[in-house]
Amino acid sequence: MSEVKLMKGNEAIAEAAILAGADAYFGYPITPQSEVIEYLMVERPEDRTGMVVLQAESEIAAINMVYGAAGTGKKVMTSSSSPGVSLKQEGISYIAGSELPCVIVNVVRGGPGLGTIQPSQADYFQSTKGGGHGDYRLLVLAPASVQEMADFVDLSFELAFKYRNPVMILSDGVIGQMMEKVIMPKQKTRLTNEEIIEQYGDWATTGKPKTRERNIITSLELDPYRQEAHNHKLQAKYKKMEENEVRYEMINCNDADYVIVAYGSSARIAQKTMEMARKKGIKVGIFRLITLFPFPMKEINALADKVKGFLAVEMSAGQMIEDVRLAINGKVPAEHYGRYGGVIHSPEEVLEALEQKIIGG
Amino acid sequence: MTEEMIIAGFGGQGVLSMGKILAYSGIMQDQEVSWMPSYGPEMRGGTANVTVIISDERISSPILTNFDTAIILNQQSMDKFQNTVKPGGVLLYDPNGILKPPTRTDIKIYTIDGAKLASDMGNPKIFNMIVLGAFMQVKPIVQLENVIRGLKKSLPERHHKLIPLNQDAITMGMKNVVEK
Amino acid sequence: MDVKEIIKPENLVYKKTKLMTDAPLSYCPGCGHGTAHRITMEVVEEMGIWEDTIGVAPVGCSVLAYDFMNIDMTQAAHGRAPAVATGIKRVWPNKYVFTYQGDGDLAAIGGNETIHACNRGENIVIIFVNNGIYGMTGGQMAPTTLPGMKSSTSPYGRDVKTMGFPLKMTELVAQLPGTHYVTRQAVHTPNAVRKAKKAIRKAFEIQKENKGLAFVEIVSNCNSGWKMEPVDANNWMVDNMFPYFPLGDIKVDGELVK
Repeated sequence: MSEVKLMKGNEAIAEAAILAGADAYFGYPITPQSEVIEYLMVERPEDRTGMVVLQAESEIAAINMVYGAAGTGKKVMTSSSSPGVSLKQEGISYIAGSELPCVIVNVVRGGPGLGTIQPSQADYFQSTKGGGHGDYRLLVLAPASVQEMADFVDLSFELAFKYRNPVMILSDGVIGQMMEKVIMPKQKTRLTNEEIIEQYGDWATTGKPKTRERNIITSLELDPYRQEAHNHKLQAKYKKMEENEVRYEMINCNDADYVIVAYGSSARIAQKTMEMARKKGIKVGIFRLITLFPFPMKEINALADKVKGFLAVEMSAGQMIEDVRLAINGKVPAEHYGRYGGVIHSPEEVLEALEQKIIGG
Repeated sequence: MTEEMIIAGFGGQGVLSMGKILAYSGIMQDQEVSWMPSYGPEMRGGTANVTVIISDERISSPILTNFDTAIILNQQSMDKFQNTVKPGGVLLYDPNGILKPPTRTDIKIYTIDGAKLASDMGNPKIFNMIVLGAFMQVKPIVQLENVIRGLKKSLPERHHKLIPLNQDAITMGMKNVVEK
Repeated sequence: MDVKEIIKPENLVYKKTKLMTDAPLSYCPGCGHGTAHRITMEVVEEMGIWEDTIGVAPVGCSVLAYDFMNIDMTQAAHGRAPAVATGIKRVWPNKYVFTYQGDGDLAAIGGNETIHACNRGENIVIIFVNNGIYGMTGGQMAPTTLPGMKSSTSPYGRDVKTMGFPLKMTELVAQLPGTHYVTRQAVHTPNAVRKAKKAIRKAFEIQKENKGLAFVEIVSNCNSGWKMEPVDANNWMVDNMFPYFPLGDIKVDGELVK
């Protein structure tokens, strides 16, 4: 077994990128995720695995470096925090439209605008509903521990290449800044150029040999009928993700009267609330989302047949709650609770909200 | 066993690193740990604090409002965190710079003259290790040997020569903690 | 004489490079883009590097460059081609990577990406076609539009007091230590085409030797946007564009040309 380390979530993401055999990281510093690029610069992954690390001149440049490199079949990652991820949206839309694999990490902070550097979960809509222009989806994973920050990097690359689609790891300032025990995965070998050409030669721009037609990475199709057909193809892919990639964790839901739906740091806080509630004799369970897109519609809908109500807990003014309500489809009450703008709700506040909005309501 | 604590003081007092050493020591004892700092501009010259949890079980929330122990190293932190100590809990503080001492009567209060002792020992940098020693005396949840093992693991090799000095500081803290 | 009797190898005076596809060019008759495309592809062919060359197309008239250049290509977001090329070159350092950009793309929206790719000395070639106007979107003012020049967004002529001055991006990037070769060429006469092709060849040779960024500006026309006949447009370019954007090498072997 690998050794146990004490690491920040941001450091774990960076180390995991090296271990996943990533070929490149392009990024731009922004609090609270600058440790990602700082860690990579200290570690000299160029010497360890040959992985390229470059500090770009902006988030815009960084995501476009990702776009260029991803188009050549390489494993590429970038990370940022909310205002920086807003800047990246143009590039993300291009990457989704051109169907390229890559991993984008968002260590969310409070907004809107420059907002605050404190933790938030108010980028749920941006991450799961598109973010940039056009009809597209990212596959979104929400780690709730430093261990998951590490584990989700390789998983994200696997999913990104499986679907040729950008994957977002949606973290927040709590998970990014906190330290926990973590066991790092084993080092994966980077693919050689020959292996990349062999595996992705049918689409990647690696230089055109005589044996195939030229590869073109583009999201442009001026003919609306062909563009519509391309969109149909994308939608079919997203549907496949919905069928195959839903991930979640249910804690004490079997006997629960009330269920808190949450992801990331809110799911951790809610677990404390659950412990406190159960001590008081209130049967509370947690439905923790691991994938935010695809959203576990069916699973939450089925749970709605067994419980009296749901509380959606998120550090936002109420974003995920919309999907929770769609899933429940009016079967039982579902309310939102969350502090936001950089304020973190306490387990006690969540319990109070549960008692007032759901149990008392 | 679950110990939920907050360590708070000025940036530069070694608040975050004291928390880190505690977390490392917990790992050496095969326990679950979490270390959640305040971050951002408030660290630079302002106040810094870190929530440390050491537990035999999986840790739920890294964010807490009430603590078993508060280690307080400046007045702002005293004002902010005195009332977050659970009844029956522990408040350990360095009286240096504290103009308004704690007034709670439902908790156990200890002092450690860390700044003065560090100065006496000729090295202000070991201040936080003296305070750590005081805490270990009050609540022996981490063992000295595990702290040393944790230090060895967390410090770069070139700093290992400083470990004996740190050990002396911890011992100094253990000997000089005073119950109020 | 029958046509078949003429089509013989010994009678061949010109052959289209195999690196240009048979797709009809979408450019207006008289536009310089077609020639700039062709000589770029000829250089790639003559150097024998087409299997190792990856091009980056911009947003603008040459957005469809990948329809015409028969090599692997990536289409970049508006202005981001130098960043996209950086991404490609950093993970495939042994490949030849070039961007092909217009003035709006390179000097306006992509000014930052251009300056920083140049400043990092990325081992790429940037081909910058400057015709002083936004062609594709219908003749709006570009950063390189001349003072007094009319466009659909400077209908009374570019007033430098409110609209700023034409940006000499090429002189600007020549100041950066990361650029190794910076030159300004044109493709309006056979002689100019030969010179421009030589410059592009030199730029790719520099990439081969990993010496830094090579930047080739091609001052060109836009007879549609300028609302002129092709020949008039070229004459106007010579009389008006060249004095502001003089042709010739600006930086050679990393040294500014005096």
